[in-house]
Amino acid sequence: MPSEITPDVVRHLASLARIGLTDQEVQRLTGELGVIVESVAKVTEVATPDVPATSHPIPLGTVMRPDEVGLTLTNEQALSGAPDAQDGQFKVSSILGEEQ
Amino acid sequence: MSAASSDLTRLAAHELAEKLRAGEISSVEATRAHLDRIAAVDGDVHAFLHLNTSALETAAEIDARRAAGEELAPLAGVPVAIKDVLCTRDMPSTAGSRILEGWIPPYDATVVARMREAGLVPLGKTNMDEFAMGSSTEHSAFGPTRNPWDRERIPGGSGGGSAAAVAAFEAPLALGSDTGGSIRQPAAVTGSVGMKPTYGGVSRYGAIALASSLDQVGPVTRTVLDAALLHDVIGGHDPRDSTSIPDAWPSFADAARTGLREGVVKGLRIGVVSELGGGTTGGTTGGTTGGTAGGAAGASQGFQPGVLQRFHEALGLLEKQGAELVEVSAPSFEYAISAYYLILPAEASSNLAKFDSVRFGLRTEVPGGTIEDVMAATREAGFGDEVKRRIILGTYALSAGYYDAYYGSAQKVRTLIQRDFDAAFGACDVLATPSAPTTAFKLGEKLDDPLAMYLNDLTTIPANLAGVPGIALPSGLAPEDGLPAGIQFMAPARQDARLYTVAAALEALFVDAWGGPLLAQAPALA
Repeated sequence: MPSEITPDVVRHLASLARIGLTDQEVQRLTGELGVIVESVAKVTEVATPDVPATSHPIPLGTVMRPDEVGLTLTNEQALSGAPDAQDGQFKVSSILGEEQ
Repeated sequence: MSAASSDLTRLAAHELAEKLRAGEISSVEATRAHLDRIAAVDGDVHAFLHLNTSALETAAEIDARRAAGEELAPLAGVPVAIKDVLCTRDMPSTAGSRILEGWIPPYDATVVARMREAGLVPLGKTNMDEFAMGSSTEHSAFGPTRNPWDRERIPGGSGGGSAAAVAAFEAPLALGSDTGGSIRQPAAVTGSVGMKPTYGGVSRYGAIALASSLDQVGPVTRTVLDAALLHDVIGGHDPRDSTSIPDAWPSFADAARTGLREGVVKGLRIGVVSELGGGTTGGTTGGTTGGTAGGAAGASQGFQPGVLQRFHEALGLLEKQGAELVEVSAPSFEYAISAYYLILPAEASSNLAKFDSVRFGLRTEVPGGTIEDVMAATREAGFGDEVKRRIILGTYALSAGYYDAYYGSAQKVRTLIQRDFDAAFGACDVLATPSAPTTAFKLGEKLDDPLAMYLNDLTTIPANLAGVPGIALPSGLAPEDGLPAGIQFMAPARQDARLYTVAAALEALFVDAWGGPLLAQAPALA
């Protein structure tokens, strides 16, 4: 039922997904997601306990490759698209909220 | 000596390849003709996001190698457009998103590397719905693509740019990706040919992932043979994709050529799905509208009458050639869209977590903020509405307390859909449906109604959920609006070659009936 999706649920989900939302977006998404969830909940009608789940379309086992050193990206290439880098490493803001 | 450049853009890829091989034209001429065409019409169509500034140099290198007597691959020297979801080391790869604006990957997708190796000439990157989420290309952060048949209408999506590029004669070949129909539905509404290969048949390495268990890269072209030729180039095992099927594949080009043989469809059993435009009971031979009236209850629901009419006429043509129509039922297909819109957002919410402002793409600084503040601000600024909607939906479907009810149930539906396919393929060789329920709708028409937009994928999603191949080709113009309609064939997993044979056979019948390809009837753009 759409009542499952409240503005607080949307805010919580957005924080889990690390997406900032304006209040206006929260309101709009609450309505839209309620309608979508109500519609897709149809899957529960036929998903009976005796039906096994399929996670992947083609049955394939775990694929291993020989443990050999191959061509990989250089440090420079790996950092080439980074918004910020220093000393050959990705540079980010403080992680634990301490002073920078 | 050389043909006028406008003529070169009208040629199919296999015709261009023939002229290149014979030395009648050069790759530089072919490439320049398409760049000129892009310059002339892409302001209106907006199929391209970026152009390859070294296309003519690449073409000249191919010409030089050919002149030196080197044995080149069949499509060497033929230009190609590349969906912007595929990584290219010399062009931005944005997947239609602000969050990746200007990003140039340090490597090529395997399919791109294989095309370069085969001597194809990249023209540029094509527009798409952001991260391939959409059926209209209106969700691109860089503005919509327009349908060459009517520029007030959508070109389909998510690969509207690739389909519009080939339909507008800006490129003879294009690459797309298909998670729920993003190759086939744009092909349908632009009068092009689009093939979603068997899952695992074409490498996904370097394809920016949307839903990893559904995504598949494939060709978008103007003829079935061209799609097969391009599939031959990009397909086959890739050790860099652990879901890549290690088996050898037959030549798809040979399979397409087989379709031109007399009597090739004689005895072919074509399954018509009651739930997807079916209703053949009572026969369709010679009939044009009987299929819709005679359909099972609900069979025509959501389908435009003219689309169904062209679909049943196509079946009638094949029946006249000796194909046998078999009515099959796939009761679980009714649940496919619901299952898809749980599985896709769930996988996408995980896949798109990598856009975190650390390794690539946008970073929105938050003075004094933590890394999490920066991530939230970056993703707020960098993602569009549809992407936010689906990530949050996926996060919900995967969250504690709802996982079993939603994601778990959707995975069970996936099993039921596979069983429906297995049962159907016990009774027929290929399945046929309309490629999309309607012709191209107007820009903006469904933008504010996500559920209505999702229904566009009604006919294409089952193949992705089951991993089977599907090909879409034009079936004519719908009488009520004069816009392209399409027919889709699906085959069991790994039977891609069968689809090329059947599609090529039907295409040849259509070309005879229409006096040429459908796109010859498209209005002039410039």
